[in-house]
Amino acid sequence: MIKSLDPRVTRSEIDLNNSIDPLKDLDQWETYEAFHQKKRGEQHIHVGIVHAPNPEMALLFAKDQYGRRGITANIWVVKTAHIFMTEYDDQDIFETTPEKIYREAGGYKVMEKINKYRKETKISK
Amino acid sequence: MNQDAIKELLYKMADDLLILGHRNSEWTGLGPILEEDIAFSSMAQDKIGQSQALFEILHSLGEQEPDIVAFMRNANQFHNSQFVELPNGEYDFSTIRHFLFDHADQLRFEMLSNSLFEPLAKLSRKIKGELKYHVFHANIWVTKLGNGNEESHSRMQNALNECWNFALGIFEESQFERQLIEEKIFEGEVELKKRWLENISGILEKANLKIPNTNTWQAINGGRQGKHTPNLQPLLDEMSEVFKIDASAEW
Repeated sequence: MIKSLDPRVTRSEIDLNNSIDPLKDLDQWETYEAFHQKKRGEQHIHVGIVHAPNPEMALLFAKDQYGRRGITANIWVVKTAHIFMTEYDDQDIFETTPEKIYREAGGYKVMEKINKYRKETKISK
Repeated sequence: MNQDAIKELLYKMADDLLILGHRNSEWTGLGPILEEDIAFSSMAQDKIGQSQALFEILHSLGEQEPDIVAFMRNANQFHNSQFVELPNGEYDFSTIRHFLFDHADQLRFEMLSNSLFEPLAKLSRKIKGELKYHVFHANIWVTKLGNGNEESHSRMQNALNECWNFALGIFEESQFERQLIEEKIFEGEVELKKRWLENISGILEKANLKIPNTNTWQAINGGRQGKHTPNLQPLLDEMSEVFKIDASAEW
């Protein structure tokens, strides 16, 4: 039997009763919010967070977490602590009354104009 | 062009990447933190992909299928440097090895992007971004840990000392060195080592790490001729275990 050098195999020999001293203080790294841009000129879209000790490493990790599949033009990272946000308790500030529905994007009737333009310029679709 | 010289070059590059790719993949699930685990695993996968591309070129020169070449040879038929077959040890060792090897690897491909052997030149251009990222990653970790605290610094320095002579074994010259240079296939190991030393010196200085004293330098060679440490064969057995159950299976 060959002795495996792979720790995934050899760890089965670790004594499970061996107690691990708990940490006195939390020593976790900070989090950074990651923003992904698909094409140059497009908006960066928030895609998630990474743990990192500094911005350089946050960029490295964001590249692998969020940029390694599909197309990527650019990535931003921002310290989570540097984000300012509204309070969820104040969520009611976003509500509109029913009679102000014209303010919502769905209230715009642009399809007519688009179709008219298409007819004029003979663009089929 | 000298086919034997090209094959020798391709084999040593492919074997280095396959073996180190496999070694680095042993960290999957065990990396220091989740993000780094994913990054390191992803780079290990890149290396195996790069080795496959080189085995494909070898196949086009009449060698066997990539899977057969990768999984069916014994240790003494491998041309990788002994450096890449050493067990992972702790993360300091793996990080320093990643740094020393990947700098050499990036430079080697960069030099090959001008090779008159077109398939290699083409591959070099194709994987340029991957290699650049691997070196970014290595530089950031080495600089961070070299300047961390006393423990991280001394661990990195010890790992560097431990790796050094093995790393010099990457540049073991082949019997075809002169032909490769004359035919403008590859500028040679001596030139590669020179550029490598220039590149890593600046980063190591920033990381506050010292290259061992030149009078202690003694390249650990032999890997390129099939001489290996006892660490390689168990790796190969494990790597090819599933493949060998049914070598003709379609995946």
